[in-house]
Amino acid sequence: MVAVTTELADQAGPARRQLGLRAQRARRLRVVRWVLLFIFGLIFIVPLLAMVEFSTRELDLSGPRTLEYWRQIGDYPDLIQAIIASLELAAITAIGALLLLVPTMVWVRLRLPKLSRTVEFLCLLPLTIPAIVLVVGWAPVYLWINYFTPSQYQTSPLVLAFAYVVLVLPYMYRSLDAGLQAIDVPTLTEAARSLGAGWTTIMLRVITPNIASAVLNASLLAVSLVLGEFTVASLLNYVNVQVAMNQLSQANAGVSMAVASGALLFVFILLIALSFVGRRRSGGRPVEEN
Amino acid sequence: MKKSIRGIGTGIAVGAMLVTAACAPPEKEADKSTATSTDAGVSAATATSAEEFGGLDALIAAAKKEGTLNVIALPPDWANYGEIIKAFEAKYSIKVASATPDGSSQDEINAVKQLGSTTRAPDVMDMGGAVTVANTTLYAPYKVSTWDDIPDAQKESTGLWVNDYGGYMSIGYNSAKLPELTAVADLMKPEFKNKVALNGDPTAANAALNGVEMASLANGGSLDDISKGVEFFKSLKKAGNFSKIQATSATVKSGTTPVVFDWDYLQVGYKADVPGWKVFVPPNAVLGGYYNQAINKTAPHPAAARLWEEFLYSDDGQNLWLKGGARPVRMDAMTTAKTIDAAAAAALPQVGGDPVFQTQDQVAAASKYLVANWAAAIK
Amino acid sequence: MTESIATADDVAGDQPSGAGRRLPLSWLGAVPFFAYVGIFLLLPTGVVIFQAFFTAAGQPTLANIKVLTTSVVVEAFINTITLSAVSAVLGAALGAVLAYMIASGPADGLTRRLWTAVAGLLAQFGGVTLAFAFLATAGPVGLITLALSNLGFTTTGAWLTNLSGLVVVYTYFQIPLMVLVFLPALDGIRPQWREAAESLGGTSWQYWRHVAIPLLTAPFLGATLLLFANAFAAYATAAALISQGGIIIPLQIRIALSSETVAGQENVAKALALGMIIVVAVAMTLYAMMQRRSARWLR
Repeated sequence: MVAVTTELADQAGPARRQLGLRAQRARRLRVVRWVLLFIFGLIFIVPLLAMVEFSTRELDLSGPRTLEYWRQIGDYPDLIQAIIASLELAAITAIGALLLLVPTMVWVRLRLPKLSRTVEFLCLLPLTIPAIVLVVGWAPVYLWINYFTPSQYQTSPLVLAFAYVVLVLPYMYRSLDAGLQAIDVPTLTEAARSLGAGWTTIMLRVITPNIASAVLNASLLAVSLVLGEFTVASLLNYVNVQVAMNQLSQANAGVSMAVASGALLFVFILLIALSFVGRRRSGGRPVEEN
Repeated sequence: MKKSIRGIGTGIAVGAMLVTAACAPPEKEADKSTATSTDAGVSAATATSAEEFGGLDALIAAAKKEGTLNVIALPPDWANYGEIIKAFEAKYSIKVASATPDGSSQDEINAVKQLGSTTRAPDVMDMGGAVTVANTTLYAPYKVSTWDDIPDAQKESTGLWVNDYGGYMSIGYNSAKLPELTAVADLMKPEFKNKVALNGDPTAANAALNGVEMASLANGGSLDDISKGVEFFKSLKKAGNFSKIQATSATVKSGTTPVVFDWDYLQVGYKADVPGWKVFVPPNAVLGGYYNQAINKTAPHPAAARLWEEFLYSDDGQNLWLKGGARPVRMDAMTTAKTIDAAAAAALPQVGGDPVFQTQDQVAAASKYLVANWAAAIK
Repeated sequence: MTESIATADDVAGDQPSGAGRRLPLSWLGAVPFFAYVGIFLLLPTGVVIFQAFFTAAGQPTLANIKVLTTSVVVEAFINTITLSAVSAVLGAALGAVLAYMIASGPADGLTRRLWTAVAGLLAQFGGVTLAFAFLATAGPVGLITLALSNLGFTTTGAWLTNLSGLVVVYTYFQIPLMVLVFLPALDGIRPQWREAAESLGGTSWQYWRHVAIPLLTAPFLGATLLLFANAFAAYATAAALISQGGIIIPLQIRIALSSETVAGQENVAKALALGMIIVVAVAMTLYAMMQRRSARWLR
């Protein structure tokens, strides 16, 4: 593409020199990029490796290695149930929060710009209060939710989705905001409306594909938060994956690190799988319809 | 004009929501009809003893019908609770749902208050002294079958709370890598640099407060005077020997915190991970402390809760605690009746002097002093 | 729901009608969001703030608020603000660099997928596990500490248990969070703009100064604010590393809420939470001011 642009311009000496400079810069950037990525990679992976090392320790650093603690993860039968519940929670939370945020943010940009600071503050508020205090405020709300829940679902952690959507708001808002400000929302919507599109079409097929990267990142953050959330579930006495892991880790020190490392690996693979979702730009199919 | 109407409208809506939220929802009719009760109409939720309910067998049947027991803040390696829970589950086929294993006593009370009578609320609590006496309005009185074996000073007269097990404050350390301890002051030696940890913050955790009090007793203080303990830790910090890291089984196993002030029955768990782990109770500072059992007044499974108490105070339950290195409250009575597990009793750490116990007033005074002085001392 | 109301609004808006008729219908579009946030965020916050003005027994009092003025609490606030600000700025700067490195690769490439997954994973990694991972790496008997002592440098590894160590640990999860939140902004910079700038004869510096930086400033500042708030209320990691003394506000809150030895302090925790909200509100105001000024400066 660079070559085409150059050829379209005057094929004289200055243009060729520019091409040479650009190639040089590209090469330099590539080297810098790989070096920096390597350094960052090292910084992030060393503590994780230390965790894995500890989980295979029998007694001593220099002593024999053992996979016994990893095996003990299987001794806790409720773990699978908790994992499934948490995955469901993650999906519900991500989709629910997207459904709540994307239309609202677009609407605020289009019609209610004065509200944008209020929305921004509200989307930052959940972060300012530690979860242990927020639970005190959620307890009465959840008493009412329990009142309306049929008895066989009383212990199901899925009702945590209400709280998790709120917890996820700050991160999602920031990511979606960055994506929305890069596209020209008013123009896009005007064009779509002048072609006769309804609001659903505009949201799903015009706006969302254009902020696909932001939506994906926001979803990753939501999934990651829900899978890593412990305090609220624990204080409201629901069993999600982190609570189950915490139970398991009480058995002994080795298991606690084995289960933590295993969870990290599991979430990592899950997130990579998730990143393959919604990458189909060609058909323009939106993320939510998957 | 429109804006003010909107403002008033939102104000009313917000106010209404706040009031609704502050009030708890009405108790479900369904809950009332399935509540366990005997034919005589005595409800499990108000029974103050097994006899009142119609005998232990009736209690067992009612508990089995409930099918679940919610416990809270019971780590498996705390006084052998892991085995106790398994034994209870096996004996009565009742599932025990154990929540928040690393919670504090106050977390238990918070859960009771916040979860009301939902099916997830804790049924029974095991708490330290200060929290127990501060919240008696939340408990249901109950006298277990072995009530008479328990000394009067260790139970509340109507059965609102009862001591269950206790131990002495001790210093556990890795004797393979560190010199032998013969006195608390030995911890000032340079070999202990950055190695001595408490189990929590004394202004927050019962075990840590008792750790500081024990240090105080060992350094010339008294049950009324914790200041010597604070000074000891201050000089420990100055020497660089005091570590602020929270001691857990992982930090003990890895050697990050090779010296821990904790109850002697909690040191048992560390022995499995660190073969050379020794437990030292200073002969001139034998500070004891008991924990307490209480039943939640609005327990979702009242019969199971009462059965659990019967189990804990039976010979089996008491011996299981003894196996975990804790001293059960009926120990004297059981030793006389020869129902005690002699091997486990012999395995308890040797204690030199006479044990002393702090009263609630002394604990309150100590925590007041700590709140004012601890943070500054170990900065 | 939003769509049908919106269409009605469009019809109303296209007609030559007074402004009074348009405004109420526009507001309706924001109702779902505000209703949800009202019930599940504002109400709990309101309950907490409300209880801050009562004693544990239920008597109205200002004593809990007075606790905010004691020297211990003021110091803890300063520590928390410092910790959050430093880790936010560090995380934002390093995270922006890392995000740029990731964004300058192919959009569908393996590197980008890998790094996005890593960022998503580590952004929410915290608590006791993170604390132990760092202890196992750089603590008193951590792998790096032992390796260094083998090479001759002895350290006690106690640096992790004071504020500067905490900054390092916090930055560990601030950087991935920054990457995730800032990448969409970087993706919004089209490569065509760079080429256009060059074909017009601009240097690299001019491109950055007049094209890229003005576009990235707003999202960068917003992300930094998020990082600040993220670090501000985090406590599980700090509790595992510095279990003594309550040097930051979240730890003070935890002590007040779950202390076994000092009873009746729950409402002090709520007053402390109120203090935290005020601090973040102030931070948001500063951020809004900075945004406005930088927008003017970069014009």
